[in-house]
Amino acid sequence: MSSTKPPLLQVNQVTKTFGGIFALNDVSFDLHEGEILGIIGPNGSGKTTLVNCITGFIEMTAGEVLYRGKKISGKAPHKIADMGITRTFQIMRPYYSLPAYKNLVIPLFSPRAKRTGGWRGGGKLGDRNTVSIDILEELGFERESFVPYKKASNLPTGYLKRMELARCLALNPKIILCDEVFSGLSMSEIASMVPLVERLQMEGITLIMIEHRLRELFRVANRIMVLNFGEKLIEGTAEEVMADERVKEAYFGSQEVEEVMAHA
Amino acid sequence: MNATHAQRRRERLDRGLKVRSEGIYALMSWRELVYLTLPRLILIAGLLILPFLMPTAYWQRVISIVCIYALLALSFDFLAHFVGLVSLGGAFFIGTGGYLTAILNTSFGLPPLLTIPIATVFGAVICTLLLLPCLPLRGVYFAIVTLMYPLLLMRVIEALDILGGTDGIVGIDSFANRWIEQYFIICMVLLFLFGMRRVVNQDLGLVLRAVKDNDQAVRASGISITYYKTIAVFISSAMGCLAGAYLVHLYMWAGLSTFALDFSILPIAATVIGGAGTLVGPVLGAFILVPISELLREFGTLRIVFYAIILLAFIVFRSEGIMVYGQRKYHQFEKWTKV
Repeated sequence: MSSTKPPLLQVNQVTKTFGGIFALNDVSFDLHEGEILGIIGPNGSGKTTLVNCITGFIEMTAGEVLYRGKKISGKAPHKIADMGITRTFQIMRPYYSLPAYKNLVIPLFSPRAKRTGGWRGGGKLGDRNTVSIDILEELGFERESFVPYKKASNLPTGYLKRMELARCLALNPKIILCDEVFSGLSMSEIASMVPLVERLQMEGITLIMIEHRLRELFRVANRIMVLNFGEKLIEGTAEEVMADERVKEAYFGSQEVEEVMAHA
Repeated sequence: MNATHAQRRRERLDRGLKVRSEGIYALMSWRELVYLTLPRLILIAGLLILPFLMPTAYWQRVISIVCIYALLALSFDFLAHFVGLVSLGGAFFIGTGGYLTAILNTSFGLPPLLTIPIATVFGAVICTLLLLPCLPLRGVYFAIVTLMYPLLLMRVIEALDILGGTDGIVGIDSFANRWIEQYFIICMVLLFLFGMRRVVNQDLGLVLRAVKDNDQAVRASGISITYYKTIAVFISSAMGCLAGAYLVHLYMWAGLSTFALDFSILPIAATVIGGAGTLVGPVLGAFILVPISELLREFGTLRIVFYAIILLAFIVFRSEGIMVYGQRKYHQFEKWTKV
């Protein structure tokens, strides 16, 4: 990462208050093109709020977000998604009444997918049904099975999590903010997701990953940022972060941290 | 046990027709084609010969009224079950379309051939513009706003004594003859019914259904939900305004009663009876409810009592709606096949 290149995404002193409570307090960080930034923190530390603020789903109280030097904070969520900054939802939001492959027709129908030609085609001229099955296949939906044709309400969590990612990919994104894509998955499902994340990075997609599964996150993330009570504790490599006293304190008692640190 | 009997088994008729997902069929024989198209052909043929089956001109008029309600029910079902906007705007759409037609016909002297399309499009534009500020509202809030507009417009016309005031606008042209009058609206119902069925399965319709399922996910897909809700409201109010324009030419009069609450409430009842989210159901519901209401006229004041009992019975015993029940049973038909 050359330091002369301006960051892809700049988050400057973002603050969000709910009543008198600071959900986010003066959080700043830079995101460089092609990297994976992991965001960790205990429950209620403001990770999802940060994603909501960046993608415009909630308005921030103070601060600004710049994308390639241009201000995007204050824009409507669909405008921000249209610029290529997409997100997954922690609580999956599929269209339950539609079959899985029809779920992807909606992002493929968006102005951005039409303009840019989508991630795997399917822009203005492509057949959206075919392209959506292609995308689902790349994310591990077996093409020849009934799975891509099933209603989303009948699919298990693992597939719905993949569909969240597929919805972002269909938009041909620059940045994906993954809000806990590994949570709720079995170990083997996570093991199959990790190479996928690595491949996305190789294709030039920048990712912000919010995770509680630290071991898997540390495998893929280039940098880690720790939030606690809405404040940024530390930013650095996995080893630096885990060695920090304040992080240990924030995670005190968490068995996994001890395990991870024992491995480190 | 008979030997020949043992070598046969029962098989569902739609087996083999349905490929992976609903909406995709693989037809292998004429019989399967007939199985698929028969219900649709019966509906089309049934509607087209209906005017001939009516004994008197009075009942033919009832068919026209039924079709007006059928369009409104279609418009309600589309907005409520494919876009997620519960609209009580039937009266609003009928009134806007009706008064617009009346003005075009009496003040500008345009024939019905022109007033109806113009009133349909511009009425829908007016309705959509007035509803635009309420589009971010969902559920019951949107319903209340759509209910307020007809009441508001009614009082404005009454208080300012514009557009004929309480007397309404009289002297509107009627249709050239009874058959045009009858078949125009029947064709419109069929056109919109099959048109809407097509729209909801197109990519546009999928986006609208997605808005109903999960509007936040649609926004996260880079799609403006307000834009698509606007399109949906336009389509829906166009159907209502068309019905209103037709009604005014039918009665040759546009008055305050075009804003009557019936136009908002009866389509909902028709949708409940016919089967929500089927599009055909609400049309059938209108064809059941309106004639029942006419038949019950003999009972005078007791009419509403019987009407309410019939509605209650439908809701208690067939709450899913006739069409949902019928479609399920139709797909369960079985045939004997050789093993």
